[in-house]
Amino acid sequence: MRSPWRWLLSVTFIASIPQAQASGWNMPVGVTDISRDIYGLHMTIFWVCVVIGVIVFGVMFYSLFRYRHSKGAKAAHFHEHTSVEVLWTAIPVVILIGMAVPATATLKNMYDTSQADLDIMITGQQWRWRYEYLGEDVAFTSNMSTPWEQIRGEEPRGEHYLLDVDEPLVLPINRKVRFLMTSDDVIHSWWVPELAVKQDTIPGFINENWVQINEPGIYRGQCAELCGVNHAFMPVVVHAVEEDEFEVWLAERKEAAEQEAMGIDREWELAELMERGEAVYRAICSSCHQPEGQGAPPAFPALANNEQLISDLDWHIDLVVNGVSGTAMPAFRSTLNPVEIAAVVTFTRNSWGNDTGDAVQPSTISGWIAQ
Amino acid sequence: MAPKLPPQHSLQQSSTAVAGGQSHHEHHAQPKGIMRWLLTTNHKEIGSLYLIFSLVMFFIGGIFALVVRAELFQPGLQLVEPEFFNQMTTMHGLIMVFAAVMPAFTGLANWMIPLQIGAPDMALPRLNNFSFWLLPVAFILLLSTLLMPGGGPNFGWTFYAPLSTTYAPPSTTFFILALHIAGISSILGAINIIATILNMRAPGMRMMDMPLFVWTWLITAFLLIAVMPVLAGVITMMLMDINFGTSFFDAAGGGDPVLFQHLFWFFGHPEVYIMILPAFGIVSAIIPTFARKRLFGYASMVYATAAIALLSFLVWAHHMFVVGLPLTAELFFMYSTMLIAVPTGVKVFNWVTTLFRGSISFEPPMLFALAFVVLFTIGGFSGLMLAIAPADFQYHDTYFVVAHFHYVLVPGAIFAIMAGVYYWLPKWTGHYPHERLAQCHFWCSVVGVNLTFFPMHFAGLAGMPRRIPDYALQFADFNMLSSIGAFFFGVSQLIFVLVVVLCVKGGKKAPAKAWEGAEDLEWSVPSPAPLHTFETPPVFHRTHPSE
Ligand code: HEC
Ligand code: HEM
Ligand SMILES: [Cu+2]
Ligand SMILES: [Cu+2]
Repeated sequence: MRSPWRWLLSVTFIASIPQAQASGWNMPVGVTDISRDIYGLHMTIFWVCVVIGVIVFGVMFYSLFRYRHSKGAKAAHFHEHTSVEVLWTAIPVVILIGMAVPATATLKNMYDTSQADLDIMITGQQWRWRYEYLGEDVAFTSNMSTPWEQIRGEEPRGEHYLLDVDEPLVLPINRKVRFLMTSDDVIHSWWVPELAVKQDTIPGFINENWVQINEPGIYRGQCAELCGVNHAFMPVVVHAVEEDEFEVWLAERKEAAEQEAMGIDREWELAELMERGEAVYRAICSSCHQPEGQGAPPAFPALANNEQLISDLDWHIDLVVNGVSGTAMPAFRSTLNPVEIAAVVTFTRNSWGNDTGDAVQPSTISGWIAQ
Repeated sequence: MAPKLPPQHSLQQSSTAVAGGQSHHEHHAQPKGIMRWLLTTNHKEIGSLYLIFSLVMFFIGGIFALVVRAELFQPGLQLVEPEFFNQMTTMHGLIMVFAAVMPAFTGLANWMIPLQIGAPDMALPRLNNFSFWLLPVAFILLLSTLLMPGGGPNFGWTFYAPLSTTYAPPSTTFFILALHIAGISSILGAINIIATILNMRAPGMRMMDMPLFVWTWLITAFLLIAVMPVLAGVITMMLMDINFGTSFFDAAGGGDPVLFQHLFWFFGHPEVYIMILPAFGIVSAIIPTFARKRLFGYASMVYATAAIALLSFLVWAHHMFVVGLPLTAELFFMYSTMLIAVPTGVKVFNWVTTLFRGSISFEPPMLFALAFVVLFTIGGFSGLMLAIAPADFQYHDTYFVVAHFHYVLVPGAIFAIMAGVYYWLPKWTGHYPHERLAQCHFWCSVVGVNLTFFPMHFAGLAGMPRRIPDYALQFADFNMLSSIGAFFFGVSQLIFVLVVVLCVKGGKKAPAKAWEGAEDLEWSVPSPAPLHTFETPPVFHRTHPSE
């Protein structure tokens, strides 16, 4: 975006800082160059509308007041006027061209995903986000951490009610980060207002977007596209940190991932698996199969006292690893690691009255995935 | 280019024609009771059926909206589960669009188009009966899905695949069937309207003499015929995906979920103009009547309507700015959308200029028409903001959009319908609507609408996504205001019912020409309009010949 337009935008931008920051009434200015440009466009078109509105409604209310029948007004007889009509067609066209030019420049900039320093794959899943730092072997899912007790009003609501997650997306500031976005099931939309990034994640497509954050901080957003029952409950939290802090964090995550990989080959105790499995179940499965495994038939079958599940271990493992295509039951082979799958399968086989006593080992699962 | 001639004529001339045509219709053997309504082919009776149906559906859709607003009164889940909440927003949208607004306009068309062009009835009366009776079938079926196992449609009125296919409740097949039936009804209604307007105008009435309500409906009918088949196509593809193993929209089978959106909005955008063009026609009749001054720029109104209709086929992807379209597509749809604001602006300027130096009085139809101009324009402004594609990345799928489309639909389409009802009630019933009550209805509605929908702009800008049953704490105040406004608006609509019922029963008697400044042909037949009018065509005379 070259000088005159940027200048125009920054004037409107500066003129409107006070009311923008004073309240949660307006679009946030945000913390990227693009979010500022967008904010400028928003305020410019807003003031254009205000000015047109004042003129049009001004003439209208003047007429309503001045030419009242009850005050004996006599109607004039004119009913067309070619030059006036041409003029009020032409003036809006000129104003709109004036808006289209900076909007085009901003849009081009938004679409320029080239030369990114870091690539992150964002995958929407009912109802969580999965983040993969491409080329870094770091991947995790991010679930809403607001407890249901708060939603049901059984506990006081926290400050970031509905906008807290167990694992935020951590990003370095001052670096161009490219997002590759897709979905495993229905369409979701990844949105953080302060970053001015909103992009649909669509199964079978990979969309691109990018961000370069100017200030460290915690930025919160939500899924913006209706994606089923828990659409309101899949927040996005971005933790923007200094570059060196980011490097430290990334190294820690890599190490943790290696540790986890080593856990696959050892023998796990039932209690250990149950503990881990409960956490996975609560984070991942309970949104569909419900906290007590009771399900929500006919959409989501019960897992508690489920005869087939209790009697057929292979079927159970296969179902969780490969999902049921054509239904909402996802395949977890690539989104959970073998330890997590083993743990959650063990947990479901030993909870809510399912007493199989099976302790499914991570090595079994990795074998299953391999074939 | 056609000369700019006004849609006006000599009243004496046509009333004599009517008087001559009224004596010999007693020979029709009228079936009694329910059969009379089931079998009627009379455009006035069918018009009334449409209007009553629409009013009932308006209240059903309104109750669904109030369930939504009640849940959103406070943060947290209080009254309904998210699953049922989604069914309510979906059903609310579907019912309001397909069962309240569209049938209301068709009802007004049935009543008024023959009267405004001097025709004895619609061109295809039996088809007319059939088009109406399809509607109760369609919407009883649609409403019944709420009682089916797994519940009714829960994927929003835009039913994006694959949420509406692979992930949909089992009742979706019935939803598709209901929409097919409603679509057939619309297409048949549109064919009838086109046939009537093109063939049955009074001798001497040229196209450029037609009242704007007739013009806007003619153009709307062409839009309907063009896009309802696209809707039928897309829901049939869904049907195949759900029941016959195809993968039009299923990525796992090589299908394309984005294709769904292109098809849907190729129908959906013209659809929003289907819901507003007839409103433009009504307002263009009412404002000149109560300003006692001819409509400014009749011809440019006609051209602007046609321009809007044509452009409406070129802007559909402005609903899809964030799905990842290529840059060139994004730019094209941004420019075309900005362009459509121009003819819309022309309309507003023409209405305001009609008021300028008029002789204005404020009867209830005029109040609603004036509120329409102001509030519809506010909806147009937010539309212009949404057209700016980069900014739409922030606005899209938030309450800002909910505020936008409600400003164009509620004080837009709905207020225009109410203005039309108040305007023509004297013609239908022979009585004026009760003025004080109507004023009360008006002021309550204006306050209610703004209280409900204005705060939604702020909630959306502050970051509240749409279609959520629970929200973060910073949106609480806006939502509480909206909910209070919604209940106030909802209750105020009972006054409307009261006014209509009272007006049917009695009230101040209205003469043939019920409003001093009214000029079109319908005011030449007696009030109430007899069952059969214009059995011999009136001769149409321009009051301002050779200008
Ligand atoms: C998005 C919703 C969703 C999530 C999340 C989900 N499931 Fe399912 N699950 C389903 C659906 C739907 C079915 C039924 C599939 C069918 O129709 O065969 C199902 C079926 C099952 C079944 C077979 C039950 C039966 O009787 O058919 C098991 C076992 C199961 N899921 C386990 C899990 C586990 C373990 C997790 C967590 C790791 C999980 N599911 C997460 C939706 C989900
Ligand atoms: C009493 C007046 C009304 C109230 C209080 C109301 C309220 C609402 C609310 C709160 C939503 C948003 C739901 C959400 O996204 O979470 C909504 C959606 C909608 N409304 Fe209304 N509404 C009213 C009248 C109308 C009318 C008259 C129309 C049509 C002409 C209409 C058409 C729609 C549509 C199309 C949607 C989108 C539905 C969807 O998201 O699938 N509404 N309404
Ligand atoms: Cu969502
Ligand atoms: Cu549109």
